[in-house]
Amino acid sequence: MTRLSWFNTVSLTLGFAFLYIPMIILVVYSFNESKLVTVWAGFSTKWYGELVRNEAFLDAAWVTVKVAVFSSTIATILGTMAALVLVRAGRFLGRTLFSGMIYAPLVMPEVITGLSLLLLFIGIGLDRGILTIVLAHTTFSMCYVSVVVSSRLVSFDRSLEEAALDLGASQAEAFRLVTLPIIAPAVISGWLLAFTLSLDDLVIASFTAGPSATTLPIKIFSAVRLGVSPEINALSTIMIAIVTVGVITASLVTKRAMVRQQQDEQAAIRAG
Amino acid sequence: MRRFVLIAIPYAWLLALFLVPFVIVFKISLSDIALAIPPYTPTLRDGFAEFWAGLDFENFVWLTQDDLYWKAYLSSVRIALFSTLLTLLVGYPIAYGMARAPEEWRPTLMMLVILPFWTSFLIRVYAWMGILSNEGLLNQFLLALGVISEPLTILNTNTAVYIGIVYTYLPFMILPIYATLDRMDGSLIEAAEDLGCSRAQAFWLVTIPLSRPGIIAGCFLVFIPVIGEFVIPSLLGGSGTLMIGKVLWEEFFSNRDWPVASAVAVVLLLILVIPIVLFQRNQQKQAEKDT
Repeated sequence: MTRLSWFNTVSLTLGFAFLYIPMIILVVYSFNESKLVTVWAGFSTKWYGELVRNEAFLDAAWVTVKVAVFSSTIATILGTMAALVLVRAGRFLGRTLFSGMIYAPLVMPEVITGLSLLLLFIGIGLDRGILTIVLAHTTFSMCYVSVVVSSRLVSFDRSLEEAALDLGASQAEAFRLVTLPIIAPAVISGWLLAFTLSLDDLVIASFTAGPSATTLPIKIFSAVRLGVSPEINALSTIMIAIVTVGVITASLVTKRAMVRQQQDEQAAIRAG
Repeated sequence: MRRFVLIAIPYAWLLALFLVPFVIVFKISLSDIALAIPPYTPTLRDGFAEFWAGLDFENFVWLTQDDLYWKAYLSSVRIALFSTLLTLLVGYPIAYGMARAPEEWRPTLMMLVILPFWTSFLIRVYAWMGILSNEGLLNQFLLALGVISEPLTILNTNTAVYIGIVYTYLPFMILPIYATLDRMDGSLIEAAEDLGCSRAQAFWLVTIPLSRPGIIAGCFLVFIPVIGEFVIPSLLGGSGTLMIGKVLWEEFFSNRDWPVASAVAVVLLLILVIPIVLFQRNQQKQAEKDT
């Protein structure tokens, strides 16, 4: 079956139209001259200018990026450790609880996670601000990282590590020189996932952010509640552009890495 | 020693920032609202005996007495069920089309499904506000075509909520179904057709049953998070859209009633335990089958 039947062509076309037309409209109307988002009044980039001059948005964007960088980095370290525990540590006391705590946040409603963390922070008297958002984001995104990394670890051939140990590497060296490079793509995609989850999050950040630290989604949400505005369209367009470039670059890089790995393997087979 | 440290660090983190907060939520759900900081009583500062005596199930009784809460739970479950079904109906043909597409297209199609998932959820919901409003693009379009003579009210109704849910959760439905369809052996369909099945029969009797694990996984991935959804009902829904995530939010931020908000959270969690356990069992069964 190499040709698409008309049914499949229609369903794919309609499906992707449904997925993409709303975003295309959003982007197109960010270049609208008029303040009324739904009336086209000619091409203009003035809303981007307004956006750049809006300090509240810039401050929020800076807070959001800081939170995302810190939380995704800590989450990647903790999540990779958790993945190693899940896949390799074997039995230990409280293992069921541990794996439960890894998987539960993936399906937990955000309102509950947010509420419970806020009550914790208030209970221990921690002032709400950047630190509390970082702690909250790290907690839920480390679970995503550990799921991504453990799916790679499961298919990992441990004899490679054993070979390194036989050849005189210490355990730490074997991990750093053999295991880490092999699971690196999964660790990197885990980091990217944690980073976008953090950038994206509105609900948990709303609960855990204090008056001193507002993130971009909180800012967007309170602006959007009052209705559509061309400035938000401009901001959305910038965010969509960043994500699109990021995802396409990432997929090209992994594709190239895979091709190179295949070439290396074939070369090794020929040489062997 | 190294193994101990490896286990202890993430374990301690999750205990402190995942499990302990739940215990606190449960505790506060048994407390009473108070004009104090923090706004509930009793706290452990009152001494243990008084603390213990001050806990009761009053808030849970309150949840059963006020219509708002159980109506919100019911309507959340109903909206989640119906929108899961809609997402399945929209998502299945797309997943099917992808699995039947020429092999060299598939990675690109996959990326096209995943790309919206990486863009901000909030932005994707916002995109529909401009389309669905009374003077929005959909109404302009339909008026221009002459299909309707007066603008339809879609924004701030449940219809808009359904559209928003289907739109934002579609990738969660497509990807697991596509994964099962992609692995399916095409010769099975040929065999069914050789044995006298029509195309439609082969689809119902072979393709659908074989893609069942993907359908189940996709449905759970949509159903579970939608029940607690907050952003979609508050931006696209109207005053008539009752969803428990929104009720919890308002109870906490507008009414500042922390004990009742906590009780709402505890009950929501109890409702979610059933689908979560079913989902985990389904995933485990699949994993066992695969190995």
